[in-house]
Amino acid sequence: MSDEREKYKNVAYYPGCALEGTGHAYNKSTKAIGKALDLGLEEVKNWNCCGAMEVKNIDPKLQTYLSSRVMSIASNEMDHDVVMAPCNGCYHNLKKAEYELENDQEAVEVVDQISNKAGHETYKAGEIETIHALDWIKKAVGEEELEKKIKGGLKGLKVANYYGCMYTRPRNIYPEKDQGEGSESTLKPHYMDDLLAVAGADNVEFPLKTACCGGAHTLSDSDTSTKLVLNILMAAEASGAEVIATECPTCHTGLEMHQIRAEKMFGKKTNVKIVYFTQLLGMALGLSKRKVGLQENISDSYALMKEKGIA
Amino acid sequence: MPIHEKSLIRPENIKTHDELVIDGIDVSGHWSTFIESRVISDYNEALQEEISALPGGENIHRCFQCGSCTNSCTVNALNSEFNPRHWIYLIRLGMEEELLRDKDILWQCVSCNKCTYACPRDVAPEGVMKAASHWLELKGHTPKSPSTLFDTVFTDQVMETGLIEESRTIRGFFGLTNQSLTQGWLIEMVKRMIRHLPIEMLMKMGLATILRPKTKNWDAARDAMREYTAEQHALHAKALKLDQVTPKENN
Repeated sequence: MSDEREKYKNVAYYPGCALEGTGHAYNKSTKAIGKALDLGLEEVKNWNCCGAMEVKNIDPKLQTYLSSRVMSIASNEMDHDVVMAPCNGCYHNLKKAEYELENDQEAVEVVDQISNKAGHETYKAGEIETIHALDWIKKAVGEEELEKKIKGGLKGLKVANYYGCMYTRPRNIYPEKDQGEGSESTLKPHYMDDLLAVAGADNVEFPLKTACCGGAHTLSDSDTSTKLVLNILMAAEASGAEVIATECPTCHTGLEMHQIRAEKMFGKKTNVKIVYFTQLLGMALGLSKRKVGLQENISDSYALMKEKGIA
Repeated sequence: MPIHEKSLIRPENIKTHDELVIDGIDVSGHWSTFIESRVISDYNEALQEEISALPGGENIHRCFQCGSCTNSCTVNALNSEFNPRHWIYLIRLGMEEELLRDKDILWQCVSCNKCTYACPRDVAPEGVMKAASHWLELKGHTPKSPSTLFDTVFTDQVMETGLIEESRTIRGFFGLTNQSLTQGWLIEMVKRMIRHLPIEMLMKMGLATILRPKTKNWDAARDAMREYTAEQHALHAKALKLDQVTPKENN
């Protein structure tokens, strides 16, 4: 068990483009909890964009190449066995590339051809394991150890855990999920629930854990995205949640942006706050609100946390 | 009613007669509603082949019309006209005219992958939606959708620099689609965003728009990807017969 834990204590870290921009608070709080839990994060050197949804739409194999380059550097140039990506999009794409390179000979050839021309080693399936920030805390620390390090905790804060689309779908790129006890579920994910429960949150029964926020069309079909986000916000409020905990910069920014848009365009005001799960976990570990970048969120949860006496 | 007969009961195909007697039997009024008979002769026999030649459409032939995709669809819940099962059926049969009725909403798939999750035949309907949207654009049935424009701006930037600098992507997309950067909700969001943002973060974001961050030694990767993309575009054009000029036009 401890060997298994050791494997995840020092991992390659792939923040991705969003965490350098709108998702900076996610980046900050992820690094902060890593430090507080004595975990090592070594940023992937000279990384590139994973291709996101957009490059996949133009050509799926280009996206496979872009993601494979990140894994190639982490594995071949930095000698890591594990790469951690906190962004659902990056995580999904690295996993998808892994699946394609395992199962599609054509993809293998295209990636090899571009990698050779680009002048770096071709990534081969199985060289590295991609994990999400949730897996990271689960595997490197675990609930038992985490509980010992909680200082102050979340004091019964009512939380709706929102996982989004890309963390669980499609199922074929996540062969380690749905494998019985201890593994993550694709239908009703619970890793975030588990960690925040240990941190002292009161998780509400939230039916839209894996609903879509419309992130793919947040700017190209904004009304659709606003309607989808409004569903999520209203369902969270109806479930009694004070905050929605997120694990993806696109979902997070989408919820924040369309909460404002729903108010301005449709006259529908919701009060539920939107917070990264890493920010909640950080505050439960005794880090200050500033240390986890709480004031950097568009959704202003500062007063709520103060009132609750959290961090 | 089976989904493929949907077109039969469109209002224009429904006939009632105020006074009609056939062979001495009174068939007047609502109780004797007729459906206009019709003959379909304009099948596009290449439709399935063409769409399956585009990325994402490869597995469309596997569909056995169970309807799990539409049943689980995020967009269908907002607009019942958005019906992946129906479109897959039309494509497989070659009913191009029927498909074109929905050409302006087909691109609205949000890629949540609920359909692909639910599909028992590994059709990957999300991919089919992308392939069909691209088919509509390549064939000139629709202009490039806002989604495709966004994908293009984004992909160009990744190919050029290896990275995405969000404000550049947003400015590029809004410029291309003639959207204002001073819409009320957008201003409100930026106001709330910068309210508590630390000065160093603002400086960093400001500098990024000027300095344009780039992955180092990216040029070779850029060129290799451009080359690959050009090859693929040529293949797609060939599969859709966009490269052929008919002899008649040639003369």
